[in-house]
Amino acid sequence: MSKDSLTVEIWRGREEGRFDTFEVPRMASQTVLDIVTYVQRNLDPGLSYRFACRVGVCGSCAMTVNGKPRWTCRTHVDKVADEGTLRIQPLKNMPVIRDLAVDMTEFFEKWTKAKAHFVPTTTRHDDFAQVSPSDPKRKEATAGIECINCGVCYSACDTVAWLGDYLGPAALNRAWTLHNDVRDGGQSDRIKAIAGTGGCQACHSHQSCFELCPKHLNPTASIAGLKRATAKAALKGEI
Amino acid sequence: MTPERAETLEWLMQRVSAMVLAVCVIVHLAVIVIAVQGGVTSKEIVARVGGSVPWLAFYSVFVIAVALHAPTGLRNILREYTSLGRRATHWIMAAVCVLILVMGFRAVVGLYGLGA
Repeated sequence: MSKDSLTVEIWRGREEGRFDTFEVPRMASQTVLDIVTYVQRNLDPGLSYRFACRVGVCGSCAMTVNGKPRWTCRTHVDKVADEGTLRIQPLKNMPVIRDLAVDMTEFFEKWTKAKAHFVPTTTRHDDFAQVSPSDPKRKEATAGIECINCGVCYSACDTVAWLGDYLGPAALNRAWTLHNDVRDGGQSDRIKAIAGTGGCQACHSHQSCFELCPKHLNPTASIAGLKRATAKAALKGEI
Repeated sequence: MTPERAETLEWLMQRVSAMVLAVCVIVHLAVIVIAVQGGVTSKEIVARVGGSVPWLAFYSVFVIAVALHAPTGLRNILREYTSLGRRATHWIMAAVCVLILVMGFRAVVGLYGLGA
């Protein structure tokens, strides 16, 4: 490797596979996604990967970079190529479709299982709900609302790796924001869905999700909130 | 009781028993540290704990807290590290709970009996 180029190892195949090595020219402000795109367009057109917006909005381009899950479009090579090399792999805890593209079906199915969707209680004929930004519940919801569904937290989570039916930090974080939404009508079903086996109690609070979330959210804190909420519901016999 | 409620109450019980254990372990260790200052003998232990209703109550609470706390944690470890089913891990948890209660109370009651 010279200062003008970077040695990049990229995973090829599915669960079984190999690393292919490429030399990629270095450029200023180069992101990991720029590297992968360069390889696919100039060195190996057969490389499979996923991206869309390129600006940190869509959550499509997460990959494992030097062992840690990252959103590659906003991850500068300077920040992660510790020893002048990059090793790029697909996200962990999800089946590999091919190369760097993973199957996120189960990840999103768990959002459905956690009932992490808004249940309206009014119609278009009703007036707007008035929720003060300073309301404590609104503040809790706001703290976790900017999730882009990238799967970084799910890939980083040890509990997901150990316990196949664990709902994971992203689905539980979304459930917490909805738990704090006064307009939502799905509270009792949701609290039951996220209690018990595979639910919020399975979290060990390792905080890898908090450490690596590209949006700087804290799913561990959201899950702690859900633990308190489910404990109260269990004591009252509501679940 | 729904499975969700049972699991949540088990989780809560493990947290509460951990709080009790924190106090019990500190008292237990503090007494050991103080007691060994002048050397410790079985005669001295029996003189202090044997026949003492407060110590009998304290160590009974200690044993119950361990019997509630440890099996739940062990079950979680078995679920995460083995392919054992839910039913199997429940029975193992119950067996470990009974084992701790029997062994713990055998020691606690036995020591109380030596000084009674």
